[in-house]
Amino acid sequence: MSKLLEIRGLRARIAGGREVLKGIDLDVSPGEVHAIMGPNGAGKSTLSSVLAGKPGYEVTEGTVRYLGHDLLAMPADERAREGVFLAFQYPVEIPGVNNMYFLRAALNAGRRQRGQAELDAQQFLKSVRERLKLLDIGDDLLRRAVNVGFSGGEKKRNEIFQMAMLEPRLAILDETDSGLDIDALRAVSDGVNRLRDPARAIVMITHYQRLLDYIVPDRVHVLADGRIVASGDKTFAAELERTGYAHLVDAA
Amino acid sequence: MSDITTANRPASSAPAPDVLDGIVQGDGYKYGFVTEVETDDAPPGLNEDTVRFISAKKGEPAWLLEWRLKAFRRWQTMAPPDWAKLDIAPIDYQAASYYSAPKAAAGPKSLDEVDPELLKTYEKLGIPLGERAALAGVAVDAVFDSVSVATTFKDKLADLGIIFCSFGEAVREHPDLVRRYLGSVVPQGDNFFAALNSAVFSDGSFVYVPPGVRCPMELSTYFRINAAKTGQFERTLLIADKGAYVSYLEGCTAPQRDENQLHAAVVELVAMENAEIKYATVQNWYPGDENGKGGIYNFVTKRGACRGARSKISWAQVETGSAITWKYPSCLLEGEGATGAFYSVAITNNRQQADTGTKMIHIGRNTSSTVISKGISAGRGQNTYRGQVKVLSGADGARNYTQCDSLLIGKRCGAHTVPYLDVRHPGATVEHEATTSKISDDQMFYCQQRGLTAEDALSLIVNGFCKEVLNELPMEFAVEAQKLLAVSLEGSVG
Repeated sequence: MSKLLEIRGLRARIAGGREVLKGIDLDVSPGEVHAIMGPNGAGKSTLSSVLAGKPGYEVTEGTVRYLGHDLLAMPADERAREGVFLAFQYPVEIPGVNNMYFLRAALNAGRRQRGQAELDAQQFLKSVRERLKLLDIGDDLLRRAVNVGFSGGEKKRNEIFQMAMLEPRLAILDETDSGLDIDALRAVSDGVNRLRDPARAIVMITHYQRLLDYIVPDRVHVLADGRIVASGDKTFAAELERTGYAHLVDAA
Repeated sequence: MSDITTANRPASSAPAPDVLDGIVQGDGYKYGFVTEVETDDAPPGLNEDTVRFISAKKGEPAWLLEWRLKAFRRWQTMAPPDWAKLDIAPIDYQAASYYSAPKAAAGPKSLDEVDPELLKTYEKLGIPLGERAALAGVAVDAVFDSVSVATTFKDKLADLGIIFCSFGEAVREHPDLVRRYLGSVVPQGDNFFAALNSAVFSDGSFVYVPPGVRCPMELSTYFRINAAKTGQFERTLLIADKGAYVSYLEGCTAPQRDENQLHAAVVELVAMENAEIKYATVQNWYPGDENGKGGIYNFVTKRGACRGARSKISWAQVETGSAITWKYPSCLLEGEGATGAFYSVAITNNRQQADTGTKMIHIGRNTSSTVISKGISAGRGQNTYRGQVKVLSGADGARNYTQCDSLLIGKRCGAHTVPYLDVRHPGATVEHEATTSKISDDQMFYCQQRGLTAEDALSLIVNGFCKEVLNELPMEFAVEAQKLLAVSLEGSVG
């Protein structure tokens, strides 16, 4: 099967600062769920930022191909419209901007890029209701301003709801489990599981193995000191749980 | 008196929002065209003869000429105000012409008699004057340089006893009303620019809503400066009698010219017992180019008197244009239980400067006022909120709430907040909240990661910031105002 994402020898640094990614190789096929684990400071969040095109990072070497295109040559908004979605670790508040209005603007930006007609208010509402039902979440979040006054759990659920609406080809979940209690973690994980799709790849970045009890990955990678130092299938996660990754980190 | 500067060139400790800092001039100002019409102009210069010339042109009664001359003599003794945080090159008041009118426009006329060039101009500005094509529910008075060229829906309004006409016509047809209220809210000698206006004002709108009448449509005046080297000095007088209600909107544009042009208007509102006036402004005078060349100097005095008990006056303004804005729409809360409000969005981009705010003067008992100000600075724009809340000793139970938010885009602009609180009653409740924020890189990236372009992301964030004020605009204009905000910030993302 052709690759959805191909990362080769990716090296990147914080603009004007130290090198964080020191040669990443990673292949992700459609339908797959990959987990990227590792200790703090290993470069996990930098990897998600570089893939999404966040300003403030410099790629010094390597390539990233997404659906055959040079991902790094595309500006962040174009990547998004082409189907790259980042669920933020810390979703940002936008005061005064209604959540629904924001989503519709985002959705229609993507539709325009793909040459599809924009959704009118009614079509959009129908789509919203379907997704709310699928994810089993209430509509109270929709009437509020984007992330303003949301609890940690609400913010994360809102990210997954946006993902459900925007239907990305590649979803990167950056520490989506952080700050969630067990009920919220279960709710968010159920949502992600329902969005698994043969055409969609999901890359989960996490510090904790417990997320993988809820979202079972196809592949598990350990990122340490800017490199992927070990990879395995889902049983590898269970093994890591027993052994920890300190020995892998030391070996790296 | 306090002078609190909440932010001036914010510290650059946060990562530089380079994406917000690029200054490229968009071709944003869409109203910069000039209409070719034959005009009847006063020669440049300002003396008593100029005042007499204007008064004669308008065929005014002797009392009004005397009123103007008194104002002119007063003005000669006054100096321009220098307390605002504005950098203004000296103005040569003798260089401008104080009257310019399209030749064919003299006298009131029906719409089919109006010069087609002028009708075309207003159509191009998005203000069709033909009543069939007009915006549903909006009556328009169109003021072109120094004269009103058309007023729509006059007959329909007259059926309800509502007077909506040009100021010149009001002087002829309703002299008693004009004489009773002219200068009663903004006295001739109130300030330098009000005195100048009182001497040389040309045209503007007049509204009178009789007791108990709720005006069924939005009334609006559209001001257009067209001629070069002239100033526009309009005068608007709006009276809502007991229990009346009226919602009024004014819009302003001007051609793109390299020279600065002066606009010094006076607006007076009077609300009697239980009356309510909502007054909205969308000010989009030519702001000058990216280097600060050209643009309108907008020096405006606007004041409303809540004369009667439980009367209400609310000002809403979206100030996006002008090279310089000096403007403080205010309320005199005289009647018991009177309510005043001021909702403002002011944007300065490139080299624009704005010093704007309000005065809420609590005179009567149980009066209350609300002030919501949103200042947005981009490019090298300087934006100052200057507001006074004054509670006199007789104002038992007076309450004020002021919220003053500033938003900075880029690193070379400035936002300043200058509240003056003068409270002479121990029982008054006065609250002032101020915030200053920058559009963060994180907010921009969040929007872009969802697929919005940098321009759309900025416009979305700014509109969210202004939401409480935009909500106060009449429906028909809220959408226009949103678009205008986006256009005004064009070029502030690169």
